[in-house]
Amino acid sequence: MPQETAQVNKSIFTPFNVIAGMIIFCGLIITVLRFTGGLGAVTNLDDNNPWGIWIGFDLLCGVALAAGGYVTSASCYIFGLKRFHSAVRPAILTAFLGYALVVMALHYDVGRPWRLPYPIFLSPGTTSLLFEVGLCVFLYLTVLFIEFSPAALEWLGLKKIRNLVVRLTLVLTIFGVILSTLHQSSLGALYMIAPSKLHPLWYSGYLPVFFFVSSVFAGLSMVIFEGSLAHRHLHHKMDETHLEESAGVALGFGKAAAFVMMGYVGVKFIGIAMDNNWHYLATGWGLWFLLELIGFVVVPAFMYAIAARDRNLRLVRWASILAVLGVVLNRLNISVVAFNWHLPSADRYFPSWMEIAISLFIVTIGVVVYRFVTTRMPIFYEHPDYEH
Amino acid sequence: MDALFYTLHDFLLHSKSITYMMMGAVLIGLLLFWLFLSGRDEKKRTF
Amino acid sequence: MGISRRQFLGWLGAAGAGATAVSRAEAASNKQFDGYPGSFGILHDTTRCIGCRKCEEACNKVNELPAPEQPFDDLSVLDKTRRTRSDVFTVVNQFQKEDSQLPVFVKKQCNHCLEPACASACFVRALRKVKTGAVIYDESLCVGCRYCMVACPFNIPAYEYNEAITPRVTKCTMCHPRIEKGLLPGCVESCPKEALAFGTRERLLKTARRRIQKYPNAYIDHIYGEQEMGGTSWLTISGTHFSEIGMREDLGTQTASSFTAGPLAAVPVVVALWPVLLTGIYAISKRKDKIADEERIHAVAQTVADANEEMQVKLAKMKDSMAKEKEAAINLEVKRALEEAAKEAAESQQASEEAGSETPKEEK
Repeated sequence: MPQETAQVNKSIFTPFNVIAGMIIFCGLIITVLRFTGGLGAVTNLDDNNPWGIWIGFDLLCGVALAAGGYVTSASCYIFGLKRFHSAVRPAILTAFLGYALVVMALHYDVGRPWRLPYPIFLSPGTTSLLFEVGLCVFLYLTVLFIEFSPAALEWLGLKKIRNLVVRLTLVLTIFGVILSTLHQSSLGALYMIAPSKLHPLWYSGYLPVFFFVSSVFAGLSMVIFEGSLAHRHLHHKMDETHLEESAGVALGFGKAAAFVMMGYVGVKFIGIAMDNNWHYLATGWGLWFLLELIGFVVVPAFMYAIAARDRNLRLVRWASILAVLGVVLNRLNISVVAFNWHLPSADRYFPSWMEIAISLFIVTIGVVVYRFVTTRMPIFYEHPDYEH
Repeated sequence: MDALFYTLHDFLLHSKSITYMMMGAVLIGLLLFWLFLSGRDEKKRTF
Repeated sequence: MGISRRQFLGWLGAAGAGATAVSRAEAASNKQFDGYPGSFGILHDTTRCIGCRKCEEACNKVNELPAPEQPFDDLSVLDKTRRTRSDVFTVVNQFQKEDSQLPVFVKKQCNHCLEPACASACFVRALRKVKTGAVIYDESLCVGCRYCMVACPFNIPAYEYNEAITPRVTKCTMCHPRIEKGLLPGCVESCPKEALAFGTRERLLKTARRRIQKYPNAYIDHIYGEQEMGGTSWLTISGTHFSEIGMREDLGTQTASSFTAGPLAAVPVVVALWPVLLTGIYAISKRKDKIADEERIHAVAQTVADANEEMQVKLAKMKDSMAKEKEAAINLEVKRALEEAAKEAAESQQASEEAGSETPKEEK
């Protein structure tokens, strides 16, 4: 302990803090611009391109990459794979932060953020898939908050409430999986209303299935990726159980992800067959589509497979990075790249630097809060009073 | 009661609103029924 | 004083109307929806349009929109293809036909779909189709998510991107407030060439068909908006293929809600069956754990029992051998005692015999 405080006192101007501070400062300035000048002042959005990277990256990727929460808790509590238990808390924390930041990002993107409760409480438009997404994200954020709360309650020493909440674990986990299934898939289904705008290779009646299945391996890969980052920077915060189990978590999740990814590749091609879109594969769009599917799904799937066979931890980690990038690429393709593909290039959208800066700002906030929480609360270790 | 629908959209709005309420009811109902179903089982830690 | 005959008949009529309303409501809950009966529409005949932009001007005035940079009589605006904007609800575009010197002018605005994609997409019901035929927008509910703009196949709704606090989605209202007052829509009223006609949609469809029939060489045999996206209240006829005058012909005839019907229908199924599936998996994995536990306990018990038995056998053997040893020892003792006794007896005998006669042989 004394060593730690010495480290904290050493200097607050670490490279991490300086860069994070600069991004947050930038973000705050753009925030002021956004809420005084409107979306037009900071974004490249226009009437033809109403959704940019604040939806494509912050919402779609944010939600997909926060899928680790439901995947990990389901594998541990529902499927009974107890050897993944030490991975649950970090995954729940990331998911909770991820969803909280998604909601925060939405406040930037929608025109009147103070009306965000309207669809749920005032005037529900139940025919809209966005209503479904909104309701689920709202409920799931609540579920994640409750699921995460034991860590905070242990930190605060509130034993009674903590024990009460822990008793709800199973119900919350099942509810969380239901909500995740629904909104992960509905995010894909959002685009089903616009078959005339999304490129046929990406548009499919199976869009919700694609989104759900890819969220599973996105979540698994994110847990592995995060685990490797945490190992490098937060090693001293991990207890023996966590350290012992972490290799097993990475290899087990990598193996699971590999198989799910191959299933995903299968349904993607079935989607092409269903709509008879084979001829598009020979076009430039087709090459881009194949790059996404082969380069960023099949390749990492094989990397995972080899790593799982050889029990190669380094390869699992590299594969997880590629898999995460693949999911990001897929979401951006659907929301930005292949959306409005028929428009002349002059009418197409490219994000402004301020949009990118706000996205970076939100990610940075996530990392800072993650560090704050993991260095204080029992995330990577079990609280001595509550071990079981 | 305005039960006459001229457009598919109005009809869907009506039926989906009821469906959403049904979903909540089904969830709670299933939970309670499971508790009833397994009420006599021996107690065991579930976590 | 009792009820008059007229009153009574009135009630009967009301009851009858009620009864028919109920039966029609039941009929209406099937899959067929024909839209509001007698709802209005507008027919745009591009062969009559001269591109004077009078409709744009009227629209601007009626909707109290800000004055444009270039005045409405400046026709150089037509050189560029435009779309609707937050402060421009309608535009006239000019298209040059390849085989003719004469340009074609096409007015663009909200088509007022019979089953609007925007209304289907709106998660606060800010957009809806009303009985006049118009698709109208309620600013007081709008969150500004712009999903309606994503959904609209005609790229019509625009957004006030530069409004910081109260940005609105804007689009043509078909002059819904004016229609309710019994006035014509601004653009229709101002058109000098009758390129725009207002009336019930049914009547306009007949008009359009009549014109196409009468002048088959002047028109393409298609009424744009009769079937597109399930039909629109705004109808267009043209002498040029619609795809050549900026109107998509690949939209199909399905309504927007039919595209999302599948995923929406899957939602309640997931809600109802996932708990069953997940609880089932949980129960199975728990049961397996329990069986594994029991087997382990059983195995341990078995081992213990086996060990016990072995020990018993060993113990018994040990007891046995011990008993034997003991017996042997006892026998030995007894033997020794007997020998001793015999010796003593012999000695005493010898002693007595020594007294009489000596027996040294027996001594050895």
